[in-house]
Amino acid sequence: MTTSSAGNEPTASAVARAAGDVVTAAPISFHGVGRAFGTGDSVRPVLRDIDLDVAAGEIVAILGPSGCGKSTLLRIAGGLDRPSDGVVAIDGSVVAPFDARSAVGFQEPRLLPWRTIAGNIALGLPRGTARDAGRAHVARLLELVGLADFAEHRPREVSGGMAQRTSLARALARNPAVLLLDEPFGALDALTRLKMQDLLLDVHAAEPTTVLLVTHDVDEALQLADRVILLGNDGDRPGARIQHTVVVPGTRPRDRGSAELAELRGRLLDGLGIDRHGSARGVAATTTIPHYPY
Amino acid sequence: MSKADAATTAARASASVDREFAAPVTQDGLGVAVAGQLGPSGVDRPERLPGSGIGGPAGEGTALPASSGGRRRLVDRRWFRIVGGALIPVALLVAWQLVSTSGLVPVSMLPTPEMVWLAAVDLAERGLLGLYVAISTQRVFLGFAFGAALGLAFGAVVGLSKLGDILLAPTLGAIRAVPSLAWVPLLILWFKIGEDSKVILIAIGAFFPVYTIVAAALRHVDRQLLEAGRAFGLRGLSLFTTVQLPAVVPSVISALRLALAQAWLFLVAAELIASSMGLGFLLVDSGNNGRIDRIFLAIILLAVLGKLTDSLVGLFERWAVRRWA
Repeated sequence: MTTSSAGNEPTASAVARAAGDVVTAAPISFHGVGRAFGTGDSVRPVLRDIDLDVAAGEIVAILGPSGCGKSTLLRIAGGLDRPSDGVVAIDGSVVAPFDARSAVGFQEPRLLPWRTIAGNIALGLPRGTARDAGRAHVARLLELVGLADFAEHRPREVSGGMAQRTSLARALARNPAVLLLDEPFGALDALTRLKMQDLLLDVHAAEPTTVLLVTHDVDEALQLADRVILLGNDGDRPGARIQHTVVVPGTRPRDRGSAELAELRGRLLDGLGIDRHGSARGVAATTTIPHYPY
Repeated sequence: MSKADAATTAARASASVDREFAAPVTQDGLGVAVAGQLGPSGVDRPERLPGSGIGGPAGEGTALPASSGGRRRLVDRRWFRIVGGALIPVALLVAWQLVSTSGLVPVSMLPTPEMVWLAAVDLAERGLLGLYVAISTQRVFLGFAFGAALGLAFGAVVGLSKLGDILLAPTLGAIRAVPSLAWVPLLILWFKIGEDSKVILIAIGAFFPVYTIVAAALRHVDRQLLEAGRAFGLRGLSLFTTVQLPAVVPSVISALRLALAQAWLFLVAAELIASSMGLGFLLVDSGNNGRIDRIFLAIILLAVLGKLTDSLVGLFERWAVRRWA
């Protein structure tokens, strides 16, 4: 399958039209959330003591090393998993299993192969949507993600980027108060990923919902989020908790090359245990100017 | 890359008769071959992008590009399929005619095709041929219908519900382990020698392939798709019709095919043991009387009827795939 994002780029007018939908963003809060897997002696804590309040309409990125429980936290937020301790609440009421107020964009597109692109997006419509209203909403979303020309294609006939855009549109079809995205662009090539990030920002501008975004890409977090949460373990103690909270300065869209972001990027990479100057590998730091020893 | 290379690739591609399964590979093979002959610009890659779907049910508005300059390959043509499929049966018939008339094998061991034909005409004139075919087909259809329906129901319960699995699977597994012919004496005692005992035996034969395959297929539906379905508010019946059923349609079809073959197998078993009409009776009766021509006739009829009923399942498959998959 091709990885290029062929097809119409979303237009400003499409975004404006989609803004006609009434989306009521809701705050989501985590209080003392912990999750352990296994029973008896083999209990393995993955998350502990997570306290986080996300305001309505805010975009929060969750960063962390591989396997630290980022996806688990997101699944708990969506009611796909239950916390062992603590409470997650959307708009003050506890999250129910498969909560209808949130929508999930999975790491893989997870499209039904026997349904068309339009049919897959329609799967996200809230139960009991009238047929005509549902069809109109799907048509708007197809425009929004630039897939109007591919409505009748099957998932296997489109590229990976288009499948991921379909998945995003399916999540948006639910009119979610909280949009949960689990590394939605992780499997895409670098160029398509940048385009998808811009698309997400356009969508957020048109339908300002609350967004929790799990990612392992520091640049992506800084580009998209209002706040970045860094998950990690305390030394050898099992169970990740929030290590840093970084408020990203400036308003979107941000300059991908700004020095301020570069500094933040360095701090976050440090937090992830990445040595940004290469000194661990015997490379002299590039920030100090070498001078002649003779 | 030379013309010779391209030619061998193309030859290999068209040598494949099994179009349905070989098509994706051979299509690519041919694509390479065309590129070899016309140079790198011979194939317009970008144009293939949107509809590069491989023969699948492309929706309207999909422009499937003509991959080999508008000419359809030999193995894609209808007449070639029919002629190709008939080649071996015709060759067998010719060989049979030659061997049986050459005197190499005595006609008491291998009758000539003409003798078998005359036996068929003879039975038809007595009104027996149509009756035997009709009664055997009726038994197969009834037994298959009951067996497959029960198999679908039990397979769905065991495949979808943990409780159903725990309660039913061990018992059904034990019943499946009974060699099916072991039921014959019991069925004859309970239901006497009549239609009921035969139809029940055939239903037992059709039940187990459907039950086993459907239960396993439902248990192995992609968990990620199921979770996605649940995350978007599907539950119970809506989850079943939206995700699980379409996912298992191909398995259900192959289960039905297998069950139909089993049904014919059990028909002959039932009729061999106790019957006064039907193709199995024709077989055992002819065996006792040394009528080898009629034995050949019965075997050929079973082959033709089995293939015809299998084609009916094939028609159902095309409808089901269009509807669900």
